[in-house]
Amino acid sequence: MRQGIFQIIENLPLARDIMSLRLGGDTGAIVRPGQFVNIQVEDCFLRRPLSVCDWDGDSLTVVYRIAGRGTELLAKMKNGSLDVLTGLGNGFNTALSGDRPLLIGGGLGFTPLYALAKNLIKEGKKVQVILGFASKEQAVYVDKFKALGCEVTVCTEDGSLGLKGYVTRAMEGLDYSHFYTCGPEAMFKAVSDCSLTSGQFSFEQRMGCGFGACMGCSCETLYGVKRICKEGPVLMKEEIKWRT
Amino acid sequence: MADMRVSLCGIELDNPVIPASGTFGYGYEFAELYDINVLGTFSFKGTTREPRFGNPTPRIAECTAGLINSVGLQNPGVEKVIEEELPKLANVFHKKVMANVSGFSVDDYVYSCEKLDKCEQVGWLEVNVSCPNVHGGGMSFGTSPEAAAEVTRAVKAVCRKPVIIKLSPNVTDIVSIALACQEAGADGISLINTLLGMRIDLKTRRPVVANRTGGFSGPAIFPVALRMVYQVAQAVKVPVIGVGGVSSAENVIEMMLAGATAVEVGAANLTRPYACRDIIKELPAAMEKYDISSLRDIIGGAIHG
Repeated sequence: MRQGIFQIIENLPLARDIMSLRLGGDTGAIVRPGQFVNIQVEDCFLRRPLSVCDWDGDSLTVVYRIAGRGTELLAKMKNGSLDVLTGLGNGFNTALSGDRPLLIGGGLGFTPLYALAKNLIKEGKKVQVILGFASKEQAVYVDKFKALGCEVTVCTEDGSLGLKGYVTRAMEGLDYSHFYTCGPEAMFKAVSDCSLTSGQFSFEQRMGCGFGACMGCSCETLYGVKRICKEGPVLMKEEIKWRT
Repeated sequence: MADMRVSLCGIELDNPVIPASGTFGYGYEFAELYDINVLGTFSFKGTTREPRFGNPTPRIAECTAGLINSVGLQNPGVEKVIEEELPKLANVFHKKVMANVSGFSVDDYVYSCEKLDKCEQVGWLEVNVSCPNVHGGGMSFGTSPEAAAEVTRAVKAVCRKPVIIKLSPNVTDIVSIALACQEAGADGISLINTLLGMRIDLKTRRPVVANRTGGFSGPAIFPVALRMVYQVAQAVKVPVIGVGGVSSAENVIEMMLAGATAVEVGAANLTRPYACRDIIKELPAAMEKYDISSLRDIIGGAIHG
């Protein structure tokens, strides 16, 4: 984990209530896709934890939904600097991907999967991606995944783009070596139930600190208590204790 | 040369800054960031007799100038703390640590305190009779003078090390509880724990934290904590640790003027991981600005004047 001051390079809407924020600064603490940053927004007490969508040596991108006061304030910032904790969480384990990994994003859950896809493609893997959105208007980043060289299937709940229905519909009949997913928790159980291989789930939880100090985001797993911010946010399918 | 040393129940601290229990884990997350030996000491995560997961999530809610938590004393239990956490801590922290203990019965407190009292690394026991997040435990002992005194007396009977009782602000008369603890043998009083609070999500129309209510902390509660420290410090003879919303070197000085011998920093650690290190760094300049050569000399300075 590293604390640093980042400059706002751009903070632009991608769709209604969906923003892309690119920050310039020292990204040296980010070592794996699936890690997150924790951003101090002026006039908010707690930081806002956001998944890293993409990063290079001196910049990082997060994609976020305007969902409350903190993200509303963040969306208004067009320039200036932000105090950011980087390199938080365990991130995805790419060593387990096999040669035909499947990436499944629900809503904004695609964000950590983008950097992951980039990594896996670089490693020469054949990457299949399923992106689920509420509707065509919310379907962002589809072309970006395609441009990486991924095989992309889009699902929308209302059928306005791609397959009509949930991501699990697109999983039927697919051949894959391992899967990675991020999205709403309701989707996770369905994905786990219809999956054929081992996989990794990136969880979300309200956090106090984001670096393991407060135990605010803990969850019970089959292998003991884990902090989503520290031992997570990525948990293996085999360790998840589903809430009944 | 600014003299920051204070004596807390007979043990000298290099400075009065102490990360508060529940905001600093067992120390090593922060030891990855800075040398935590710069601290006066720190109070480790509230420890109970049995391991506890704590309350369901979400456990955290944002507030103006603070947060609500309903963690509910998640900890691995006193045995694991002694076998696993303390040896790990020994690698990164070479001073005496403050052992924070919670319980659900007098026996629980006695059991955990007796074990921790024997640990060489432990300098003080901080007995939490004030956790607002667990039903039937913690705070119920801290809301009546008799119950607080009973816990104090029982713990004192099995401990050789200084016993500091951490009090709840969620009471009508905190002074009477502090006095009862002192009467029962407490070597010090720390206050305040969090204030009981809540937030409601306007979209779901449900409380934000799953436990519905939680403990409110952060800079917003500083004036309340300061007032209570001021009242208690006037009434008791034992040292008082000031806790609640402390976020700066100036806040430390203000708490000490109100009567605190040492000062705990809580919520600030969560949003600013370097908060305690920075406060310690800034203390000499703040002392110079307010013409203070030794922090010891200002303890309770606002009480008699």
